[in-house]
Amino acid sequence: MRLERRAAASGLMGVLAPVLAVLAAALGAALLFAVMGKDPVACLHTLFVAPLADATGLSELALKATPLLLCAIGIAVGVQANVWNIGAEGQFTMGAIGGGAVGLWLGPEGGWFVLPLVLLAGVLGGMGWAAIAAWLRTRFNAHEILVTLMLSYVAVQILGWLVRGPLQDPEGFNFPQSRQFEPAATLPLLFEGGRVTIAALFALAAVPAGALLLGRTLIGYRIRVVGLAPGAARYAGFSETSAVWFCLLLSGGLAGLAGVSEVAGPIGQLLPTISPGYGFAAIIVAFLGRLRPVGMLLAALLMALLYLGGEALQITQQLPLAATGVIQGMLLLFLLGADVLVLYRIRIGGRAHG
Amino acid sequence: MEFTPRLDLRGISKRYGATQANDGIDLRVMPGEIHALLGENGAGKSTLVKIIYGVVQPDSGTIAWEGAAVRIADPNAARALGIGMVFQHFSLFETLTVAENIALGLGAGESIAALSARIAEVAARYGLAVDPGRHVHHLSVGERQRVEILRCLLQAPRLLIMDEPTSVLTPQEVEGLFAMLRRLAAEGCSVLYISHKLAEIRALCDGATVLRGGRVVGSCVPRETAPSVMAEMMIGRALAAPAAIARPAAGGAVLEARGLSLAADDPFGTDLRDINLDVRAGEILGIAGVAGNGQKELLAALTGERLAAEQGSVVVAGTACGRRGAAARRRLGLAAVPEERLGRGAVAELSLTENALLTGTDGGLVRGGFVDFAGLRRFARGVIDAFRVVAAGAEAPASSLSGGNMQKFIIGREVGHAPKVLIASHPTWGVDVGAALAIHDALRDLAASGVGVLIVSEDLDELLAICDRIGVLHGGALSPPTPVGETDIERIGLLMGGVVMEGGAHAA
Amino acid sequence: MGDGVMLIALLVATLRAGAPLILAGIGELVVERAGVLNLGVEGMMLVGAVVGFAATIGSGSPWIGLLAAAAGGAAMAGVFAVLTLGLRANQVASGLALTIFGVGFSALFGAPYQSHPIPGLATVIFPDLASASPLVQQVLLLDPLVWLALAAPFVVQRFLMRSRAGLVLRAVGESAEVAHAFGYKVIRIRLAATLFGGAMAGLGGASLSLAYTPMWTENMVAGRGWIALALVVFSTWKPHFVTLGALLFGFVTIAGFQANAWGIPVAPNLLATLPYLATILVLVLISRDRLRLKLNAPASLGKPFHPA
Repeated sequence: MRLERRAAASGLMGVLAPVLAVLAAALGAALLFAVMGKDPVACLHTLFVAPLADATGLSELALKATPLLLCAIGIAVGVQANVWNIGAEGQFTMGAIGGGAVGLWLGPEGGWFVLPLVLLAGVLGGMGWAAIAAWLRTRFNAHEILVTLMLSYVAVQILGWLVRGPLQDPEGFNFPQSRQFEPAATLPLLFEGGRVTIAALFALAAVPAGALLLGRTLIGYRIRVVGLAPGAARYAGFSETSAVWFCLLLSGGLAGLAGVSEVAGPIGQLLPTISPGYGFAAIIVAFLGRLRPVGMLLAALLMALLYLGGEALQITQQLPLAATGVIQGMLLLFLLGADVLVLYRIRIGGRAHG
Repeated sequence: MEFTPRLDLRGISKRYGATQANDGIDLRVMPGEIHALLGENGAGKSTLVKIIYGVVQPDSGTIAWEGAAVRIADPNAARALGIGMVFQHFSLFETLTVAENIALGLGAGESIAALSARIAEVAARYGLAVDPGRHVHHLSVGERQRVEILRCLLQAPRLLIMDEPTSVLTPQEVEGLFAMLRRLAAEGCSVLYISHKLAEIRALCDGATVLRGGRVVGSCVPRETAPSVMAEMMIGRALAAPAAIARPAAGGAVLEARGLSLAADDPFGTDLRDINLDVRAGEILGIAGVAGNGQKELLAALTGERLAAEQGSVVVAGTACGRRGAAARRRLGLAAVPEERLGRGAVAELSLTENALLTGTDGGLVRGGFVDFAGLRRFARGVIDAFRVVAAGAEAPASSLSGGNMQKFIIGREVGHAPKVLIASHPTWGVDVGAALAIHDALRDLAASGVGVLIVSEDLDELLAICDRIGVLHGGALSPPTPVGETDIERIGLLMGGVVMEGGAHAA
Repeated sequence: MGDGVMLIALLVATLRAGAPLILAGIGELVVERAGVLNLGVEGMMLVGAVVGFAATIGSGSPWIGLLAAAAGGAAMAGVFAVLTLGLRANQVASGLALTIFGVGFSALFGAPYQSHPIPGLATVIFPDLASASPLVQQVLLLDPLVWLALAAPFVVQRFLMRSRAGLVLRAVGESAEVAHAFGYKVIRIRLAATLFGGAMAGLGGASLSLAYTPMWTENMVAGRGWIALALVVFSTWKPHFVTLGALLFGFVTIAGFQANAWGIPVAPNLLATLPYLATILVLVLISRDRLRLKLNAPASLGKPFHPA
């Protein structure tokens, strides 16, 4: 078996590869369930189908897809410029801290301006955290992969410190948590009875905005050129420094918005753990969605389904929650493997080559 | 006289996808013969040589070595037979020493110290001075070629393949190389000499095989064959002499460098030292020089990819812009055609339409931050038509074009932006003869229309053919440009080798 | 005596904290010297840690545990190799995927072993450890993995600079194309280097779960894989500097643990950020000299190579 390069990238395979990867991951999951002594069919049903059976499930799906999509769109714009922001988790956390701190500081004070301030503080928190990486990369050449990731660990520790220290709820029996946010500092629900907030609309709006940015604007074009051919970007006079700053601020801001939307939404307060790894899972969403906003919308829904299904598996089949992580990991590994079909065709047999 | 050929190829064929690179090729090289393999780019020379050296396996055909049929499975097998090869693009590891590089090309078992002694001995015998302990990135291009040759000689080859060896050498270095090859041949080693330079082949080779379109189209004894006959065999038709274009007298300077000095940003780069030049409207100025003498750095400094220390170091159309970037200089009327087509002059993955935007962001093609793709497509189609670019349309990805067609598109795109000065680096490198002629015509037309043109090339023949004045870059310093009529190849060669001229040239 | 033992205890603790970083870092250094950038060190360490732990409990022998850890790390590296060397996937994305998978797999596989303490490697080897004098106790705490970590840079340095195989490996990392033209099997050499890096990362993980902690807790590697990657950059691809950097980090980690004992009133959460901040700091210090980095980095690092 050998690989033969296609004359041009296959558009069909570009769409088919993620589908193949999902099927392969489902098969891998079934195998995993069988190895763990469970009924694979029942487990697959619990994982992929059962969560979609009722309105509550669909609402939870939207709830979980929202932060994934926001983070993924930022990450994907960056990857197109070869800027690897893999620390969205940290920017998410700092967004939550920024927005949360402002909300707690304003306290019971009401007014229409409270929520916009909270959201703004969240966006700025995420941007600020990403700006550190942008500055260190453009000024000192320090690679953003390692810096954003290290900053994620730092952000989580800072959150841990805050909820045990300055922002701890004085009436919380010394639990590591902040006060509950006031209603004025909390995002309105999209509809009664669910937990989905208007943050889902932010995420939905980011889809066409992202598509427009990448496909139709000069900024998007510059980003793509910087990523595809740095030499061509230098020749054209497109600044790599600006691309790095733009991508990191954008993705940091979106991750920060996702973070503040979680704490000022379904969570309602600051806790030591506010994310089941959304920032990392968003990397998978970005790749699975082919770095294209519409694709990422679908991928975010699928990844949200995995989170929901994983929780259901824990309850109904007593499977550890970590099974979700394994399936997510397999999905990305299979996708990267299946991507070979985009640029190559597989020939069986045939001539040997030097 | 021996009559068994050292190497005898029969009916060698090799296909890559839709391209028949080699089609039933026969080739015979006798012991002690210096045999030329002649053909233009794309004729199938490289594929054939890779087959002989075991890098590529033929689809069909036989190889006989000293009368016995052989299969050359890989380069190790080739070396075991006694075949040595010096590639056009050197196969050297920059951060390793000369001895380590040579050790990697030989079999295992010899210590670096023992090998170093052997290198010194062989180097002395053939007059190839080089220090075994030096790191390759410190060596000049000529020295690197010597390392390549030494690596082959240490294996006592019986066939040495040289792939376009002189394109990186000064004319004086070429003489030294030829003397060494003749000595080697006299000792009984065969040489397969690949080139498209007819004068060299006539001076050096005993026999020649001519390739075109993957087939053998003839063979000859070069000393007894007129160059025009060989050229016709190679190209397949008679070459028309370029039409003389009446060019206006050169006007005012449109690009100037004034005391331009710049440290290299690459550990293996060359610092620019006090460069002075001016390109006048309507003239073609050529910059000659051996690769690695500051060409890359000079181009980056002129186009604005790297900024000079002082604003006044670079002047475009009367405006000092040494501290301004590439986009700003383009707005002043500077256009550039880089050496690397894909990855620099164009983005391989993007369509021609999208590539048209690369240097066209200042025209009317971007409105309010949004790209006018319809307008862009019209512009790309215009370039494709005007420059006869062979492409599957404006939406074809850049990677799908041949080198020559991509180059025509890039030049057309730059010309389409109506520049005042155009800088072109190695404009015909790796391009077939037809496209090369079209590119030269386009550059001449551009100068005739009053644009200043600066060409950086290692190909002296090209520069002498189309330039009005030529300067030579050596060690990051530029000799004062001299009108082509007042200089000759000997003089330029000495400058390329770093010999400082007495009086005349440097007094300017 | 107190001060002397304290000082030795600090030194021993630093060495023990640094050992996992040296093991994983030296492995990755060899991988990168061959031109492959495997960002999956964190995932490989996690799998090594959990597999080694499970095998130790299952077999009762930490030696079998170490073997299993090396095999687990190498198996993960094998997945990476299939993707990048076989299926020509992007190395950065594949490394990230490997880490994401490793985090999930180790958490799932390790769930039954969560917070199940075992005797540390040192205690297994010296059952009378507890009864020894404090000074001897400290020295005996230096388990075989620490010694392996201290020896590995010397061995790797000698291999790279003095052996023919090391020369070939460096050549492949410098230019895969040229090495291929010379007839070297680039893919095979890179595969071997990648598997070695995986095995070393696995051992690094095991040194956490079998010797340093010693127990398995979810995500216990806590970014050390990424720190090891940063250490390779910090070392400018020279083995002995990996040791130096790792010991620096070991000391910072220990200092963080000890700060409160030393009477420095800083919240534990903030002290825990020290290794990560230190990583960023050294990365910045080493990266700002672009020319030096460019001169020392393997020229084909991260660039895919496919024989025609």
